[in-house]
This record gives sequence, C-alpha cells and structure tokens, in this order.
Amino acid sequence: MFIDILSWILIVIGGTFSIISAVGILRLPDVYTRMHAAGIGDTLALGALCGGMILQAGWTIVTIKLLLILLFMFFASPTTTHALAKAAIAGGLKPLIDEDRREDGLAKSEGENP
Amino acid sequence: MLRKLGLALTLFAFWLLLSGIYEPLLLSLGVVSSLFVAGIAHRMDVVDHEGFPIHIGPKGITYWPWLIWEIIKANIDVALIIIKPDLEISPIMFRAEASQKTEVGQVIYANSITLTPGTVTVGVNEGTVDVHALTIGAADEVISGRMDRRACQMEGDS
Repeated sequence: MFIDILSWILIVIGGTFSIISAVGILRLPDVYTRMHAAGIGDTLALGALCGGMILQAGWTIVTIKLLLILLFMFFASPTTTHALAKAAIAGGLKPLIDEDRREDGLAKSEGENP
Repeated sequence: MLRKLGLALTLFAFWLLLSGIYEPLLLSLGVVSSLFVAGIAHRMDVVDHEGFPIHIGPKGITYWPWLIWEIIKANIDVALIIIKPDLEISPIMFRAEASQKTEVGQVIYANSITLTPGTVTVGVNEGTVDVHALTIGAADEVISGRMDRRACQMEGDS
C-alpha cells in the first residue's frame, strides 16, 4: 500500500514534468532554448516515470529492464542533444543571445518614458 | 586480455538479465554469442580504455548520485522558468574550462553539462567546451567549475 502511494507520487511527478517539458518546447523562442525544455523530459520526467514503474514491478526482471532503459537513456540523450545543437550551428542558425532581449527591454522602457 | 575477459563477462551478464530463462541450451547459446561479440570487438580493436572504460566504474559510485541530485535541482529551476508567465530567460553562449586530461574525461564532463537541464554543450575543443545556457544563473553554475572538478575526480589519473 505504502509502495503503491509512493509509486503513484513518482508517476504523477513524471507526468507533470513531461507536460511542463512539452509546454516549454512550445513557449521558448528558438531551437537552442527549446533543447533545454526537451532536457526536462529526458531526465527527471523519464527518471520519475521509470522509478514509479519499478516500484510497481517489484523485484522482477522487469525492474532490471527498466533500469537498463534508464541507463541507456542517460547515455543516449546527451549525445542526441549534442548532435541536434551541432546540426543547428552547422546549418547557420544563430542562437538567440541575452543582449538581443536586453535591447528589447531598453527599447520598451524608453517607449514608456518619452 | 583482462579487459576483453571483462567485456565478455559483462556482455554475458547483460544477456542473462535480458533473457530471464535459465536453461542449459539457452545459457550455452548466450556464452557463445557473448564470446563471439567480444571476439569481433577484439578484431575491430575497439576494446581499449575508451571503448570499455572499466577503470572508471568504482569512482562513479560517488559521482552518479551527485550528478543526479544536480539534475533534479536544475530540472526544478528550468520547470519554474517555463511555468512562470513572464518567461525570465537570458540565453547565453560561452566557453568554459574543461581541465580533464583524457578524452573520456572530457566526454563525461560535456555529457554531464548536457544532462543538466538549462545547459547544453554545443562543442568540445582542446581544453574548453562551448556551452549554451538558458539563464545567467545556469551559466554561472558551469563557470564556477564545480562540475569540472567533480568530473576530474571521476576521471582519475589514468
């Protein structure tokens, strides 16, 4: 019973972070910042979901397979993220840098105080 | 030789965990296939300190929990930024020190940066890494060099 509650909590956390990750991918402005949002889904959401499922599975071979999925995702996801970033740079996509936004902010504040 | 034997044993253990059926015929097939793969890897000359970095194993016991804790903290930071309506991001691209001596160490460091949400390694050069960060705070975390030192410890002297 206690383990059930714990596994529910973990699965709900994982689901919530998956949704946040998806919202982030939609809200953030460019490729590079969106990769950060996707990173949430790769790490904490996946970890919490797998943790919850491990608690449901108990000491069986399924647990070992879930742990292996986690392990491989931990090695594979940085590699894919890196490949994506490299491809974006090779494609000539300039990352949005903070200074662009700062200019925006300045322009706005000047507009407010003429 | 020890490394090749270790690879064969690891492959067999992996096979055993995935199969879950312990009959003599299947077990012997597993032994044959893991030895076969180890033999191919030997012929391809990929079983070295890079392809099968077994020496790092024991040091990972302290590194992995620390990294997971860092990942959880960074996840919550990024999630909060996404949820907040005003989207307080300050994306920045910068170059940080990577004082690891071996290529395996650099890969560990670069992958650790990428695994932590809010920072992504874009490129690895001689002694430095190019990092894209979502906020100045996340960038400061990398520049402070805490993770760099941990990755150096993990890498060891080899």
